[in-house]
Amino acid sequence: MTKQINVPFSREEAKSLRAGDYVYLTGTIYVARDAAHKRMSEALAAGEPLPFDVKGQVIYYMGPTPAREGQVIGSAGPTTASRMDKYTPALLDLGLLGMIGKGKRSQAVLDGIVRNGCVYFAAVGGAGALLSMCITESEVIAYDDLGAEAVRKLKVENFPCIVVVDSEGTNLYVRG
Amino acid sequence: MREISCESIIQTVAEMCVEANLHLTEDVSGALHKAAACEVNPLGKQILASLEENLEIAGRENIPICQDTGMAVFFVTIGQEVHITGGSLTDAINEGVRKGYTEGYLRKSVVNDPLLRVNTKDNTPAVIHYDIVPGDALKLTFAPKGFGSENMSKLYMLKPADGVEGVEEAVLSAVRDAGPNACPPMVIGVGIGGTFEKAAILAKTALTRNMSEHSALPHIAELEERLLKRINDLDIGPGGFGGKTTAFGIRVETYPTHIAGLPVAVNICCHVNRHSVREL
Ligand code: SF4
Repeated sequence: MTKQINVPFSREEAKSLRAGDYVYLTGTIYVARDAAHKRMSEALAAGEPLPFDVKGQVIYYMGPTPAREGQVIGSAGPTTASRMDKYTPALLDLGLLGMIGKGKRSQAVLDGIVRNGCVYFAAVGGAGALLSMCITESEVIAYDDLGAEAVRKLKVENFPCIVVVDSEGTNLYVRG
Repeated sequence: MREISCESIIQTVAEMCVEANLHLTEDVSGALHKAAACEVNPLGKQILASLEENLEIAGRENIPICQDTGMAVFFVTIGQEVHITGGSLTDAINEGVRKGYTEGYLRKSVVNDPLLRVNTKDNTPAVIHYDIVPGDALKLTFAPKGFGSENMSKLYMLKPADGVEGVEEAVLSAVRDAGPNACPPMVIGVGIGGTFEKAAILAKTALTRNMSEHSALPHIAELEERLLKRINDLDIGPGGFGGKTTAFGIRVETYPTHIAGLPVAVNICCHVNRHSVREL
């Protein structure tokens, strides 16, 4: 089913999504990948605040190429989500509602998704040029020194993704 | 003795970095268009159409095809009659990468130490494989490698008794494990024979071969065809959501090996199998 939804969305909306849905997201999402997740996890361990409140938000696993003059962002496709698996269950338990990446997730993440009623989306891997066209604003909000791995806040418009794992644990990658 | 200046190498390498990240070679883009026309899985078909559009936008808007513009890998064939002037060849290649990745708005994805992990901020150093040959030409093959697919690559030290069936099972098992992580449709490079490291280099070399051609060795050409069919029967499909386009192509390279061994390396690449070749 094709759906247009605004981000951030409510837990009820997250729960209404089904594996296989083709979804166009419009609104605000956050960007963090390997090094940012490591730092966020260290911040949590030290009792320090995260660079943004993950509650009710969607994180996009991505590290863009630099923007040319006049561009909002460079190529901006998803990175492999499993590298974030180690850090993800804690974020889901803190209220993170959605993740956008590509590829398989660990059992601990799948359990966290069901436990909290969340959703894991895949964006098309290797379509960074196309996806960059759906990003209307991009701002680095933390860990600037990490370069392509800094934490960003993005405004997206009709950003296409596919529900891979829904709140009931149905997994589009598992077939047959 | 033919002289080639570092300056011309730097300039050439910088151009290759940008070119490879914005445009695919015809064998790979041709395979994409063909698959987009043939795929029957509806979601798979939609994804392939997105990839075609992505390629078109990349070329038109000067945006890299993929944000992972890779670690810079070079195969350098240098004629023994060539004399490099104005510095070292390795430094010149790295300087070219620095220039290409900085001026070309490509992502800097290299960390200085695998454990300390501080970004070098200019995508250097490159991984360079040198081969010295007769003649006075310098041939550079640049193949930036994204790590979503690189991470899914495998090396198997099989037994001679495992034979060709063992090789096929090894390749299929690597592709199955890679699944959606390697941004399918994939391109597969296989190296059979040699030693532990030779097999891996052969597999990487295989990825730079023309995907629409086959090995000149009849038994290897047959193996390539059979493997491609078996891979596309795995139903991984575009994006990993099912369909018959799991790989665009597979190339196999071989080398003599030891009486006791059958090394097999499977270098997984995604549909963004980039390369650029220049001769100086
Ligand atoms: S695996 Fe290939 S297409 Fe996917 S993100 Fe990496 S470089 Fe890009």
